[in-house]
Order: sequence, then structure tokens, then C-alpha cells
Amino acid sequence: MPDLLIELLSEEIPARMQLTAAEDLKRLVTDGLAEAGLSHDDVVSLVTPRRLILTVSDLPKMSPATREERKGPSVNAPEKALDGFLRSTGLAKEDLEARDGRKGQVWFAVIEREGRPAGQIVAEVLDAVIRDFPWPKSMRWGSGSLRWVRPLHAIICLLSDADETQVVDLDVDGLRAGNRTVGHRFMAPEPISVTSSADYLAKMNEAKVVLSAKEREEIVMREATRLAEERGLVVVEDKDLLAEVAGLVEWPVVLLGEIGEEFLDLPHEVLQTSMRVHQKFFSVRDSSGRITHFIAVADRETADEGATIMAGNQKVLRARLADAKFFWENDLRVARDGMKAWTDMLGKVTFHNRLGSQAERIDRISELAKEIASALGADPDRAVEAARVAKADLSSEMVYEFAELQGIMGEHYARAAGNSDDVARVAREHYQPLGPSDDVPNGPLSIAVALADKIDTLAGFWAIDEKPTGSKDPFALRRAALGAIRLILENDLRLSLLEIAVEPGRRVGKDALEHGSYDAVGKAAKQMVFEEDYLQGPNGPLPRGILEFLHDRMKVFLRGKGLRHDVIDACLAMPGSDDLTLLVKRSTALSAFLDTEDGENLTQGFKRAHNILKQAENKDGVEYALDPDPKLAETDEERALFDALESAEAAIRPAMQAEDFEAVMSAMANLRDPIDEFFDAVQVNAADESLRRNRLNLLHRISETCLAVADLNRIEG
Amino acid sequence: MSANTRPKSFQEIVLRLQSYWAGKGCALLQPYDLEVGAGTFHPATMLRALGPREWSAAYVQASRRPTDGRYGENPHRLQHYYQFQVIMKPSPPDLQELYIGSLEAIGIDMELHDIRFVEDDWESPTLGAWGLGWEVWCDGMEVSQFTYFQQVGGHDCHPVSGELTYGLERLAMHVLGIDHVMEMPFNDPQSRIALSYGDVFRQTEEEYARWNFDVADTGMLFRHFEDAEAECLRILEAEELDPKTGKRIVMVHPAYDQCIKASHLFNLLDARGVISVTERQAYIGRVRSLAKACADAFVTTEAAAGA
Repeated sequence: MPDLLIELLSEEIPARMQLTAAEDLKRLVTDGLAEAGLSHDDVVSLVTPRRLILTVSDLPKMSPATREERKGPSVNAPEKALDGFLRSTGLAKEDLEARDGRKGQVWFAVIEREGRPAGQIVAEVLDAVIRDFPWPKSMRWGSGSLRWVRPLHAIICLLSDADETQVVDLDVDGLRAGNRTVGHRFMAPEPISVTSSADYLAKMNEAKVVLSAKEREEIVMREATRLAEERGLVVVEDKDLLAEVAGLVEWPVVLLGEIGEEFLDLPHEVLQTSMRVHQKFFSVRDSSGRITHFIAVADRETADEGATIMAGNQKVLRARLADAKFFWENDLRVARDGMKAWTDMLGKVTFHNRLGSQAERIDRISELAKEIASALGADPDRAVEAARVAKADLSSEMVYEFAELQGIMGEHYARAAGNSDDVARVAREHYQPLGPSDDVPNGPLSIAVALADKIDTLAGFWAIDEKPTGSKDPFALRRAALGAIRLILENDLRLSLLEIAVEPGRRVGKDALEHGSYDAVGKAAKQMVFEEDYLQGPNGPLPRGILEFLHDRMKVFLRGKGLRHDVIDACLAMPGSDDLTLLVKRSTALSAFLDTEDGENLTQGFKRAHNILKQAENKDGVEYALDPDPKLAETDEERALFDALESAEAAIRPAMQAEDFEAVMSAMANLRDPIDEFFDAVQVNAADESLRRNRLNLLHRISETCLAVADLNRIEG
Repeated sequence: MSANTRPKSFQEIVLRLQSYWAGKGCALLQPYDLEVGAGTFHPATMLRALGPREWSAAYVQASRRPTDGRYGENPHRLQHYYQFQVIMKPSPPDLQELYIGSLEAIGIDMELHDIRFVEDDWESPTLGAWGLGWEVWCDGMEVSQFTYFQQVGGHDCHPVSGELTYGLERLAMHVLGIDHVMEMPFNDPQSRIALSYGDVFRQTEEEYARWNFDVADTGMLFRHFEDAEAECLRILEAEELDPKTGKRIVMVHPAYDQCIKASHLFNLLDARGVISVTERQAYIGRVRSLAKACADAFVTTEAAAGA
């Protein structure tokens, strides 16, 4: 059985697209082969900067023959229906059979397909795959209309077994599949002919091409580690960079270089970022942990063992670091002056054209951080001080050059400006958490400013109606919301979000009104500033909208922690659910309770009581909400239920006050048996009207008691 | 392998690139006689990339980036520098090899250096143009931009042009081993009167930096911007039939000159710091509509020429 080899040789494929492209080629070709009935064994896809490769072993020479019967229209059906059927089957009328059906004679088509040669199938599949390849961005070149990620130059498409090699007959817009390729662009540019997958793999290695990305990564890591260790140094791991570098070379040659002495006092984040972003160098530390060297990965061997390449790279790095050092020293001067030049400049830096400048934003964040700090028992004035310096680095030259260093430079500069440690840390930490796996700050000043920053972001974009829709979230509001949630939960903060969102909403609404002459914006902002409703707080449109958004993110977050969505809904319906820490406590306790048999049965009992009550209320057109009278109890079960409710309520009320939800749930559990027994023994809809009314009022009391804990109506099942 | 000797001066590198590309059949054009931000603005690229006709040209273009001025002090940054621009339409299949040949021609020995094509998609918001390609690295130094144009002035390119842009000073500094641009030999250091890049340009860099950043009359610049914009649109709206000659004459190039002027005036205003972030986008959009109008007009003349 033959093996299949495909190589698509092109100009350099962007590193970030290579691995996905290799996976796509594998999936699309094997799906196509399977659909055409060609089974296959081992499939391997490989990728280098210039080629996509696929090998499939043991492909059958032919696809199996197939026989298909298809039922068509009635023999009496109009001509049009028959024509359609003939077109879809590719048969002529005389090929059809008329068979007896339940409602008379019906046309049947028997379609027999012979097996087809593998080469033909492969050609069709590959042609379609090339034409519709899912590149994130593709292009045309020359005068052609074919699209590929960069110009496509050659196609190898071979079927080979021990006896023969067949070049698959394929022509894609004038590009004919063949058995020829080239090796490394500079080290082995001569044409190479191959006879099989095995031949190809061996020859490419001779032609200085490492076909496997994983192997290229391993070579880079191994060589880098070896070179570093020889000098007692350590390579700083960077998986993303490693993957990128492996996508930039076909024949990795690893070189170690020294960073000039004059740059070693730059902050290590600056060295690392500058080397990684601009030069794709790995940082290398000495035994004291300082970054003193770098690893560069070249794409060729040279007679001078990389000396020229290293000299060039070192020169480029010197120029880059000279720039960075220039920025750093200029910035330090401003920082030591108290950063005033920067904070002044922030008035001119636009945060968003409808929300005003960074300075205005910082004013709002400071106000809010002050309130949050008071609520948390931290020093409000120091929170304001921290918020004022937290974003000063946005005006610095270094952050202008490397936006990813925002906050990190801020911390360095805040220290240089003479701020205390915890204030300086806020510059870095107030951006946190940056993602689901990033740490959450736990210093009180950092918490206050970080939370203020996120709430201001949410309130601001809400005010100008830039809410996320579907997959679009250009201002990362979901991340801000999740950040706020984690800041609150992981620090066990007790805050009423509605209360703290009111003021910042009003402030940002004012700023938005000042900057937005746009109608759409004006409306939301005006609502925020002027509407009675809004100013009165919790029921206002803005905080509600934000709270709902936070609740949605919260549900996603809690589901990730294993809580059921109906449990969360049941607790969200309760008052005080804008206190997220309380919400989680309640949900967790309820969830544990529902996992017990008592919990499940109590929910059923509650629903039964609730349903009977609602039905009766609907039928009678009255509400049964009076206190039931124990003296009207007829049976033991009824009397027992009265007692049980009495003691449950007595236990639940103080436990709720103390937010001891475990105690609340165990009091609820005690209701289970009495409720079950009540329903077993007692007819609610008694003939005696006063008995019936009393029992309905009793059901109301069950319902009330349970609903005080959580909205059990929302529990499913 | 490479028989090419190391060049001695900045101008020798320029000359070698010119004769290399002339040898590959490019028409050697001269720099465009207006201030532009990049070689792409030259009508030989911006307009000729449009329409169906074949085209091939190479030229040096002085490029002005007012915000990059550093009074001649920064080793790499200049407000006036040179680009070498090659455009081939349709892009030939061996454009990468031709390009590598040009590096060999200026003395880069491929046996010793590390050449890399690193993804860098090109986009010009002012020209409404974009393409896919790379920045080309030589030993970690970006020495050229390599682009296959996909769209210009909002029009799909058919056929596709291949565009190569060499930042001449940066490339020459790398080849000649120079650390500060002003110290680079402009002509042969053995000449009777040897001149450095600084001898030629230090004074102008200083003067323009001051004018660009602090002195240029912004009121005048704003007025000129409005004028250029109005004139561009007026020219394009003019009746095609010239009453004097009785010919149909669409004045694409005079209109495009006004677009180029508007673009440079915007760059000067930007350097003066009088354009806010919000306004910035609006100005870029205004220049883009001019570029697009010129492209539309050029496409109609191409269609007429093809007919």
C-alpha cells in the first residue's frame, strides 16, 4: 500500500500561523480522504518557515466500490420533479427502476460507483484544500488569482510504495505537482528530487532543514542551555518566544552574546522586553540573577562560526539598549523631580475621546479609591496618593516605547520619586489581575486602586454605551469585570457594589457629557447624571446594568468552580446579592445542602407547597398571606408542622443575621420530614372552608420561610 | 562566493543598488519633487500599483518624518532620510532571490550573514493601502520592507505589485559598520574632499528640527492644509473635456500632488503638537479620502488607456 507525501513550498509563513496551518492541513486532507472512502494509517504533519508537509502511510490503491439505492419521485410526478432527481443522481431516465410503493409506483435509482484510484482522489482533495485553506490572512501575487499566505512556489505530491513512485496529477492554477523541492535557502538551494516520504525526510535533513517545529525547539533549548551552562549562566525560559523563534528558522544555530557592561544597570524587565520584542533574543542570567547575556538564534552555519552574525546582532542590540538607557535616564530625572511633568501631561493624554483625559480618569479613580479604602479600613488619603502616582508612567518615554512595561516602570519610577513601598507597588498591582491565571493583589492600597480602576472602566464604557457584544469586547470589559470579581472574592471584601458604583457612575457620566456631543452618548450619560431614579441609587439604570454584567461574569466564574447555574440564580434573586462575597457564601451553602437527600426532598416539598398555594390563589383570586392559626390544626402532622416551622424560623433568623448559612441550611433540613408527613396525611383542600383557608395560609408560611433563604423556585428538577 | 567587494561610502551603496536594479530591467526614476513621508507616496508606486498595466521602476526617494527629528544628535533618527524603492508589477516569482541578489551587490556576503524574512504586514492608513510581506533582517537588523500590495486607495491590486523599500541610512550603516549616522562617509573617504553624512546633513537636521517642532506657523499650515484639500477635490471635479484642446484630460497627477502636500502638512502639524489624538484620526481620514479620490480617478484613466 502506497505512502503519500505532500510538501507545499512557499515564501516565509508567519511564525504565529505555522502550527495551526500544519494542523489544518492534516485535518482537511485526512477528512477529504476519509470522505472519499480512502482509509489511512499514520498521518504526520510538519511545518517550517517555508513549507507545510504531510505524510500519510498505507493508503489503499483504490477506494472501495459502492452501491447506493435512492428513492425518487412517484412515476406520476410532474416532469420537473423527475428532472431534479435525474440531475442529483447523474443518471438517465432509462437507468431508473420503477418499483411498487405504498401509494403506487415510485422511481428508484441504483447508483453503483466503481472504486477510484487513490491518485485521483488525492489530487481532488489537495486541490480543494489549497484553494480553500483557512489562513487567517491570505494574499494574491503576480498576475494570478490563487490565494496563499505568501506566494506558493512548488507542490510535491507523491504516492510511493516499494515498486513505484507516482507523481499525482495535479495542477493548481498553473502550479504542477511534482517530486522536486529545494533545501535551506542559503545552505542548500539546489533542486532536490525525492522518491518517497522516507527519501524526502532523509534528504531534507541533509539539505539543512529540520522539518519538525518541536525538534527545532528542542535544539534551541538544548544548545542554549549548553552554551549558558559552560559559562555558569542560566537561560530565562520563555515558551512563547521559543515557539516563535522555532518558526523563524529551518536550521537553528544558537549563539551566546554578552550585553554591554554599560547597560547592566537597566531594570531587568527593560532588558528582557527590549531583547525579546525587538530582537527575539532570550535573556540569560548570571549566578547572581542579573541578566548579563543573551541567546540569539541564527538560521545558518557559517565558516566563522557565527562571529559576523553575532557582531551584527550585538551592534543592533547596543543601539536598542542605548535608546532604552536614554529613556530610562530621562525618565528617572522626571521621577526624582516628583513626576510632576508626567502628571501634568496626563491632562493632555486622551483616555477615550468620549470619556476625557487620563487626568480626569485619575481624578475619578482617586475619589473612588478613597471610598473603597475607607470601606476596607485602609488609609483613604494614602489610597488617593497611590492612585495619583499609579498611572504617571503613561507619560514616560519608556512606556511610550514599550507599552507592555506600563505599571512595571511605574513602580520603579514611583520608588525613585520617593514614594513608600506600598504606594509604589500600586503602580504595578492596580492593573492586576491581567488574566484568569494572574495573581490578585492583596495589599489594601493596591486592592482599593485596582478595584476603583476596574469599576471606573466599567462605569465609563457603560456610560458611553460601548458594552461588549457577542465576541466583541474591544475595551476588555469582561476582563475588568472578572478582575473586580476576583479582587472582591479572593480578598474576602464586603462591599455593596450598587452603593459603590453609584458615585463613580455619576462622575463618569458628567465627564462623558462634557466630552460627548454625540447623541447616542448624551442619552446614556444624561440618564446617569440626571435621572432621579439613578441618583437614588440601587434602582438606577447604570449600576443595575453593570451589576447584571458582573453577575453574568460571576456565573461563568462560579460555574468554573463547580456551582450549578440554578443554585447561583436562586441566590442572585435574594436581596444583598450585590455583595459578591455574601453571594458566594450563600451559594456554596445552598449547593452543599441540595446535594443531600434532605435538601433535595425539601426543595420538592417547597415546590409542592408553593404550587398548591399558587393554584388556589389563582382560582380564588385572593392571596393567602395571613398567619395560620395553630388552634385550627386538626391532625398531629399539622400540629408537628406548626412546631417545626416555629423552631426553624427561630433558628434561621439569627443564623441569617450572622450569615451562618450552614446553620440556616441545617434548620431547613429539619423541615423536610414534617412537610413530607403533612402532605402524606393532610388534605389541604378540605371541604370546610375555614380549615382550607388556614391550611393555605400554612403553605404560605412554608413558602415564606424557605424563600427567606433562597429563591428555591429557581432550582431545577 | 560573493565577488562583491565592500562598498566604501553611502553613495556607493546607492549607486550599486541603482545599477543592480537597472540591470534587472527597472526604469531608474528620480526622486519625486515634493515632500513625502515615504517612497510609497511617489506616484510611480502609489498610482502605478493601480490598474492592469505592467510596471517596473526603482528610485531613491527623500523621505520626511518631521516627528523623528533629533537635531542631528541621535545616531539613527533623522527627520529627512532616504529610501530606495523598487516596484515590480506583476511581482515576479523570483522577487526574493532578486532582493537577496541586491544585498550581495552592496557587499553583504550571504555565506557569513543571517538573512530572515519576519512577518510584517504593511498598512498605510493615509493611502488606504495594505499588503502582506515581511521586514527583512540581516543579523537582527531590519534592513528592508518587502510587501506584496493587495489594495491601494481602496482598490484591489490586479496584478499584484511587489514593493521593496530599503532604509538607506540604516542599511548603509550596517554594511559599513558605522555607529552614528553623522559619522558615515558620504563619498569615498579617500576622495580629495572627503565628506561625512554629517557634513552634508547635520546643519539641516538641526534647523528643520527646530522649525518642525517649535517655529512652523501652525495657522499657516492649517490654512495650507485646507487649501490643498480643496484644490485636490476641485481638480478632480473639473469637467473632463478640456475646452482648449478638445481632449479628455483627467488631471489625476496634479490632484495627487495636492494630496501629497496635505499629507506632509498634516505631518508638520503633528510634529508641532497641535493635533489632538481625536483630531488625528479625522485628519488621517481626510488625507485618505483624497488619496482614494485620486486612485479612483487614476483607475478611470487606466481603463481609458486600456480601451
